[in-house]
Amino acid sequence: MRYFSRRLAHGLFVLAGVSVLSFVLMALAPGDFLNEMKLDPRMPPETVAALRDRYGLDRPLPLKYLHWLQSVRHGELGYSFAYNSPVAALLWPRARNTLFLTVPATTIAWLMAVPIGAWSASQRGRWGDRVCAAVTTALLVVPELLLALALLLFAVRTGYFPIGGMTSVRFAELGNFEKFRDLVVHLVLPASALILLMLPVLVRHVRASLIDVLATPFIQAARARGVPQRRLLFRDALRAAANPLLSLLGLSIAGLLSMSLVVEALMSWPGLGPLLLEAIAARDLHVVIGAVMCSTLLLLAGNLLADALLYMTDPRIRTDQG
Amino acid sequence: MNGPGRHVRAYLSLLAALYASVLLAGPIAPYDPNEQNRNAPFAPPTRLHFVDADGGFHLRPFVYRVVGRPGRFDEYDEDRRERYPLRVWTRGAPYRIAGIVAADRHLVGVAEPAKLFLFGSDQYGRDLFSRLLFGGQISLVAGVLAAGLALGLAIILGGLAGFYGGWADEAVMRIAELFLALPWLYLLFAVRAILPLHIGAGRAFLLLVAVIGIVGWARPARLIRGMVLSAKHREHVLAARAFGATDLYLLRRHVLPQTAGVVFTQLALVVPQYILAEVTLSFFGLGVSEPLPSWGNMLAAVQRYDVLTSYWWMFLPGIALSPVFLLYYALANAFHQQTARPS
Repeated sequence: MRYFSRRLAHGLFVLAGVSVLSFVLMALAPGDFLNEMKLDPRMPPETVAALRDRYGLDRPLPLKYLHWLQSVRHGELGYSFAYNSPVAALLWPRARNTLFLTVPATTIAWLMAVPIGAWSASQRGRWGDRVCAAVTTALLVVPELLLALALLLFAVRTGYFPIGGMTSVRFAELGNFEKFRDLVVHLVLPASALILLMLPVLVRHVRASLIDVLATPFIQAARARGVPQRRLLFRDALRAAANPLLSLLGLSIAGLLSMSLVVEALMSWPGLGPLLLEAIAARDLHVVIGAVMCSTLLLLAGNLLADALLYMTDPRIRTDQG
Repeated sequence: MNGPGRHVRAYLSLLAALYASVLLAGPIAPYDPNEQNRNAPFAPPTRLHFVDADGGFHLRPFVYRVVGRPGRFDEYDEDRRERYPLRVWTRGAPYRIAGIVAADRHLVGVAEPAKLFLFGSDQYGRDLFSRLLFGGQISLVAGVLAAGLALGLAIILGGLAGFYGGWADEAVMRIAELFLALPWLYLLFAVRAILPLHIGAGRAFLLLVAVIGIVGWARPARLIRGMVLSAKHREHVLAARAFGATDLYLLRRHVLPQTAGVVFTQLALVVPQYILAEVTLSFFGLGVSEPLPSWGNMLAAVQRYDVLTSYWWMFLPGIALSPVFLLYYALANAFHQQTARPS
């Protein structure tokens, strides 16, 4: 348990640090949302001044930060001028949508990567392994933008999948089961983009970790005793490789969120990514900070989850740092 | 020289050829990248012919003039009445090499009014091949400059942190941790958010390089710090210190050279990532803006559904990234093998 409280404290430290860092960066920004409002001739200057005063835009940086902290305490995370609403109310549905996209995609990608990587490791040096290496290299050098655009083209050409968005127009009229089906149909395209982007890295890593494990004496001994190959791979070797694999799960989340930003924006999936892009275009700085904080939070939560899984599967961690 | 060394040199020369062709876009490209042909939007790649309409064979390839069908927006027919043979080292639009040497000779071209659109034309009838070459000057070079900046920062900060330890180490590594705790693209877009939205193309290029470089320093800095930490306790370094060598001398002469392998491998790994960063930012309209071509803002045209479905050549700025990335990954692998081998 001490292990976890330490990880949690570290996470909180990082979140606080990121918020200070983003505030310092935003202080360097020329102008804010109200500057553009001032250019609007219909806006009386007194109103703009009153708004500036109300949201503490002219205060020095530390006070601004305190102001923001106070709104965090109220669960608001600052105020969006473009949407006229507290930032938190904008963020949570978007974060939920991002999770709704990334969690199934990650799960499927891992479920595919582990057997493929294990098989490739067991075929090391033979043609199956070579084909696998060639395919992963080819996928690795395809940029996210291009892959997402190619999938969009596929959807437009075949008409099998809806092009972009998360729900159909008549979503509200559907029954519960049909709502779910509608979501899943919309999910297929962005999720396959993410899976194809994640797969090459995962497969390579699984293969490398398993090759390391397969060379250890205990596996050699088990093989000499006639343990069947499949059981050797998926029961003994995989469990021994849990540590590097789960560490990768933690590390890969940062990359996943970045890819997801591009895919969401291109396929108009209403997640955090498009929100961030809109906020940048509208100079809605509190939303920018909120989206960045939210992505950090998701990343930290993912890392914590990977740590927890590692703690459960690898007894060495428990004895080392318990 | 051993195997990996030969590979390194092969990949480096291929990359050098690529960058040379992009930097010499002026003479290689048949047209000015911003020259518009409003009567030829989305013209498909021009076909090179060897056999004319009467069945006669010509050793020198030629093209036909392409004319739009009356009343149609993007459908074209070849006018087979007159042949326009390909000309080598022909006169065309004036350009400057490196901003200094003025010239107007182009590697290949055809006589007007025929057009040589090797990769087709875009929505304003601009030659995509020429734009691809000039866009490479932005996209490919931005990646290298940003990687240089990031690695430079990483060497300074990581080197100091590892060499001096103590509070400097603590401070640098804590800040690096914050940079690493953020998903990279979110961080990049957030830093971009603090800059003005609409900036001139030249300044935008420099700002992008600065932003990408500053955002990317943390990971290589951590690696370099680790290397420096282990290098400073080696015996020859301790001996040099005992002879009264200054810190600066030690760092420059004995400690930092040991990180060279890691630095080169990192360089080859981060350049493609930074090229993609520039392309992504420009794609979303936050980077280099029209009319200056960048592979990102060229690819942005594909966001229109009619372009997405009808004009495959508009994907070329994105497709061109793949071979570039492949070269860099191969180079990083070769570097890695080369540095891993002696130990």
